[in-house]
This record gives sequence, C-alpha cells and structure tokens, in this order.
Amino acid sequence: MGTVIESMSVAEKEENTATSALGAGSGSEKGPIRIKPTRGWASLRLGDIWQYRELLYFLTWRDIKVRYKQTIIGGAWAILQPLIAMVIFSVFFGRLLGVPSDDVPYPLFAYAGMLVWTFFANGTSFAANSLVIEANMIRKVYFPRMIMPLSSILAGLLDLAIAFVVLVGMMAIYGRGPRLEILYLPLFLLLALVTTIGVGLWLSALNVMFRDVRYAVPFLVQAWLFATPIAYPSSIISGTWRLVYGINPMAGVVEGFRWTLLGTVSRIGPMIAVSVGVAVLLLVSGAFFFRRTERIFVDVI
Amino acid sequence: MSDLAIRVEKLGKRYRIGGLQPRYLTLRDSLARAVAAPFRRLAGMLRGEAYAGADLHDSIWALKEVDFEVRQGEVLGIIGRNGAGKTTLLKILSRITEPTEGYADVWGRVSSLLEVGVGFHPELTGRENIYLNGAILGMRKSEIERKRDDIVEFAEVERFIDTPMKHYSSGMQVRLAFAIAAHLEPEILLVDEVLAVGDIEFQRKCMGRMGDISREGRTVLFVSHQMNQIRRLCERCIWLHDGRVIIDGATNDVISTYEAKHSGLSSGEKRHACGDSIYRGRFLDWEIVEPTGEKPNMLETLGPVTLKTVARVNVHVHKGTHGIAIFSAENQLMWAWSIENLRLEPGVHDFVYSLPTLPLRPGVYSLLVSLYEEDELLDQWHCTPELIVATVPMTHKLDRWTGVLNIPCEFKVRPRKDV
Repeated sequence: MGTVIESMSVAEKEENTATSALGAGSGSEKGPIRIKPTRGWASLRLGDIWQYRELLYFLTWRDIKVRYKQTIIGGAWAILQPLIAMVIFSVFFGRLLGVPSDDVPYPLFAYAGMLVWTFFANGTSFAANSLVIEANMIRKVYFPRMIMPLSSILAGLLDLAIAFVVLVGMMAIYGRGPRLEILYLPLFLLLALVTTIGVGLWLSALNVMFRDVRYAVPFLVQAWLFATPIAYPSSIISGTWRLVYGINPMAGVVEGFRWTLLGTVSRIGPMIAVSVGVAVLLLVSGAFFFRRTERIFVDVI
Repeated sequence: MSDLAIRVEKLGKRYRIGGLQPRYLTLRDSLARAVAAPFRRLAGMLRGEAYAGADLHDSIWALKEVDFEVRQGEVLGIIGRNGAGKTTLLKILSRITEPTEGYADVWGRVSSLLEVGVGFHPELTGRENIYLNGAILGMRKSEIERKRDDIVEFAEVERFIDTPMKHYSSGMQVRLAFAIAAHLEPEILLVDEVLAVGDIEFQRKCMGRMGDISREGRTVLFVSHQMNQIRRLCERCIWLHDGRVIIDGATNDVISTYEAKHSGLSSGEKRHACGDSIYRGRFLDWEIVEPTGEKPNMLETLGPVTLKTVARVNVHVHKGTHGIAIFSAENQLMWAWSIENLRLEPGVHDFVYSLPTLPLRPGVYSLLVSLYEEDELLDQWHCTPELIVATVPMTHKLDRWTGVLNIPCEFKVRPRKDV
C-alpha cells in the first residue's frame, strides 16, 4: 500500500512544482515546495514575482520615500535634473552651435528628450547597484531577486511624472497644445520602461559578479546620452543610417516622445521599429541572464 | 496527505574556495590571463558555479548527502561545532542559497530568525519599517495590519512608533525586529543562535515565543551550541559534523554522545581541531581545576572552586575585555563577571578563576566566555561540555519554595534565658 500512495504523492508533488505556485504564502494544505538545484537555463518564474507583488510595491514605496531624504530641496531634484541639463544644452547646442531642433523651440525640444532620458539614466544606475547595496537582504531572506532592480526602476516613475508637469507648463508657455498623437504616449513610456528594465537587469546581475560595473556605469550613461538624440534631432542622420541608429533603443524612445508631444516631423517609423526590437531583445535576454546567474548571487555577493 | 513538514534527501552544497594561484611566469602570460579571467568567470557564472575568487578550482562540501525528515509539530535540535554545516542547512531550507545536489521538500511557510531586521531603513519610522520588514518576510499587507498592534506592544516601542528608526537605540531596533519575526506565524520556524542578541529579559521572551510556536503544533528547527537549550526544547536532535549527519535520534542520546566525543579529546584539541591561525582569538577548552573529580566538568562541592578556560590569541591584545557567565537550563543568568584592560601576548593562555563557592542548585549549566579587543569580538564560546552541578541540594521541602541558590545553612535554636 505504501508504495502506491508514495508514488502518487510524488507525481502530485512534481505537478505542484511545475506550476510553480510557490513562495512564502503557500499553506501546508498544498503540496510541498521542492528545493533543488536549478540546472541549465532556468525558467523566468514570473509567477514568483506576481506572488511577491506586495514586496515589489513596498520596496518601490520605500525607494520613493527614502530617495530624497536629508536633501534640502527633496523632490525638486526630479525637476532640476532634466531642467539644468536642458538649460546647458539650450545655451551650448541651441544658441552657440545652432543645432537644429525639428522646428520646435530648442528648450522644449531638449527638455522633452531629457525628461525620459533622466528616467532611463537614473533607473539603470539605481538598478545596477540595487543588489549590491541590499547584499544584506539577499544573504538573509528569499524573494525573487528581480524585485530589487525592478523596484528601483519603478520608483523613478514618480520623478518622471513630476518632471512631466513642468513639460506641460513649458508647452503652455510656448503655446503648444496637446495633439491627438498623445494617445501613443503610453506606448513610448512602455518602451522606455522595457529598455530601462532590460539594461537594468543586465547591469545589476553583472555588478554582483564584477564590481567594475559600478564604476563603468556613469561613463556608460554619459556616452549613451550623446549617442541618443537629445541635444540634436535624429533627422540630421540620413537615410538607412537612421535604421542603424535605431539599434540604440533610447533613440526610438526619445524621438517617439517628441513626436507624440511636440509633433516633430520626421519619418521615424522604421527607426522606432528597430528600437522596439532591440528593447524587447534586451529585456528578454536580460531577464534570462538574471535568472541564470541569480542562483549564485548569495554565494558571491 | 502527509504529516511531514520537511524531507531532506541526499542534500549537498559545494562551495568553491580559494586555491593556490598558478604562478605567472611572464608578463605576456599574466596579461593574457588578466584578459581571459573575466570571461572565464563569466562562463563559470553561466554554468551556475559560485566562485569566491577569480581563478579557483578547489571546493569544499559544506553539506554532503544529508538525509532526514521532520514531522509536523516536531522540534528538532541541530548541534555540531562551527563549520559543521548547520547554517548552510538552514540557508538552503529558507531558499537563500541553492543546494548543489539532492533536494528538500518543505510543506508550508518557512521563516528563520536569521532574518530579523532585514531591510530596516533608518530614515523610515518604526511603523513604516514594520510594513516593509513584514513584506520582506513574506507577510501580506492585511496580515501586517492585523498584527501591527501586537508587534508594537511586544517590542515595547509604543511611544516611538512614528519616530524615524535612526533615533532608536540598538536595543529598541533589535526588539522591534524580533517582534516582527515572532509574529510571522510560519508553519516552519528555523532558529539559529541569534537569540544571543538582545538583553536577557528579551531573550527569555523570545524563547517563550518559540515555545508557544512549538506548542501550537508548528515545526521548529533549532540550531544552538547551548546543549541546555536543546535539551529543554527538543525531543529529537541531529548532530552534524563536516557536513554529514553523524547521529539522528533522541536528544539525550545524541547530546551525550556528542559530549562524550568532545571530552574524550585531550585538552586544547577540542576546538583546536577547527581553530587555526585564521582566528584572531579562540577559546579552546575549559575545566574545573579544583577540586578534581570524576569528570572535569562536574562540580560536587559547595566549597572553594577553581575554574580554568584556555584561550589562544594570534594577535597582541592591548585593551582586552574578558567575560564569563553561567546560565541555567532555563537560560537564566546565574552569575557573570568580567575583567577589563587585559594585555595578552600571542599564544595560549590559561584563564583561572578562583571562587570561594559556586552555590548552584544541582543541574546542567552552560558557561559562556567571551574575549574582546577594544570593541571587537575575538571569540565567544558556549563551553562544551556543559557544567554539571551534582551537589547536595539545600532546599525547602516544598517544591514551590525551590530557589535559585544552593547555600548550605547551619541552623541552631538558642533558647533565651533572660526573659
């Protein structure tokens, strides 16, 4: 009798593991959680992240609360970062060098780009360091590690929203009303998020292994800024080269933002398609790379 | 379906540790290696290997072929010296680290008192930290809301609950952290020796809480060096040694075998075996010097006693602090004493304590010794074997008048003639 029941319960157990409805919350009535070595390319186990969504929420909320603690001007930094960059760009590129801006007033042109760029730059930088900074947590508690870079990126959405209000103000000053294309804005926001998460996952996992990443990220971000059409329009690049340019997914994001908000006229469709492809590739590869290396985080962090 | 809480089969965990670096013969060689190293490491990382360093091939098995089962509601003690794999086992069961081979099935929510205070942020208030820490430990928001008041009361921080954590004393932080962990209500609780943190009163509270949890029919795995605690709380016990289970059985049998094994070793060898030059300081042994008895850990007199502990230090100690404490089986502090401004040369030292009497009631006591240089802990040791007091009890006839001390009392009646 024993063997029959045993083999049945083993089968049940495998099934439970396969559906991977695992995690902290499962009660004793359900099957057991099987703890075993992961072999090969691990599955993404997005279900785990769903199960820990409240933790994602609390960590995002913590990052927001803590980010500007002990600063004098607090949340105003969210506005100042893109604003100051916009002023510098307007003076040097717009005024002194006379860089074109697709028939949009240069300050508005630069700020719209800087706005979403700041989200990307801060998001990837915070994400890159998120695991290393919280090493103590990783050594002591189980949770899907992906929550760590995700929460530091999501916390940046509030900054983006605050800075967006300023953009709306600037648009009013320059007499630019909302256009119908604004309906596409959420899609480009999503593209920005996908790109940031993709890069963030790669950098955070690599940073656990190689602390060089922490020092390399500022340079990477700086170089990337100039490789992205923020101070200049992508329309200065001609023909097929613009498709190549689209390999930088932030090019698609920034140009898409400007198109939906300011109606910059330049045929950006194909370039954006390339950007979308690359962004999705970054996200998927980043997620798999992260999961693949996750199992040894605690041993090397 | 099953009344098991944990089933562990052929569980093993391998760590790669630093081996000898190959000698770089030429500059070209070393440059080539320097270039190749990150790629090799990355490749190893993708294979899922944990390297502690860049170019290493030695490995140790922290756990090897560990098998055991724990029934629901059972309180299992785990003993073994440092480095035996106890903590690694708990880490695997709480899913912090992955095993290298074998598997463990776990029924229900696991929490460990390892994780107290994880994720606390000094800028957030006590209340905010309860939510954050609770979520990290796997509590639902609704669950945290329900237990919040109990947690605050347990931690005794009502007045400061809306104050940022950075203004808390370390004692308050520890209390709040423990209070949250203690209210988790996991099906399986893993307890490491962190109970040594915090003041005595609070430790007692926590041990009580652990007792409650086990009485509620939850499963507890309890790792400790204090044999008394294990005896009191666990019916069953396993002894881990070099990553393997040596014995799995009734607590008393396992502990007596464990202690017999340890006292069988010659003086200084016990902890010396694992304590080498990588330690800055290490207690090696202890014994009752005077009076000599049947066993070096058994006290049979209420007269003068001389105890000795042996410590090796590998550094110059200039401002050392040494403490010794005796705890009862109930973890009540019976006596403690310390000396400051201790100067020690590197080498092995005998610390000798002469007492006019040690008036303890018969029973088993644990000795705790510690050595600090300035504020830095060099070593702390729950002495093995434990102190067995086998004196004649001097006490009241009624059980409820049994006290803590055991002091012989001479009694006379002298009738007064002048009244």
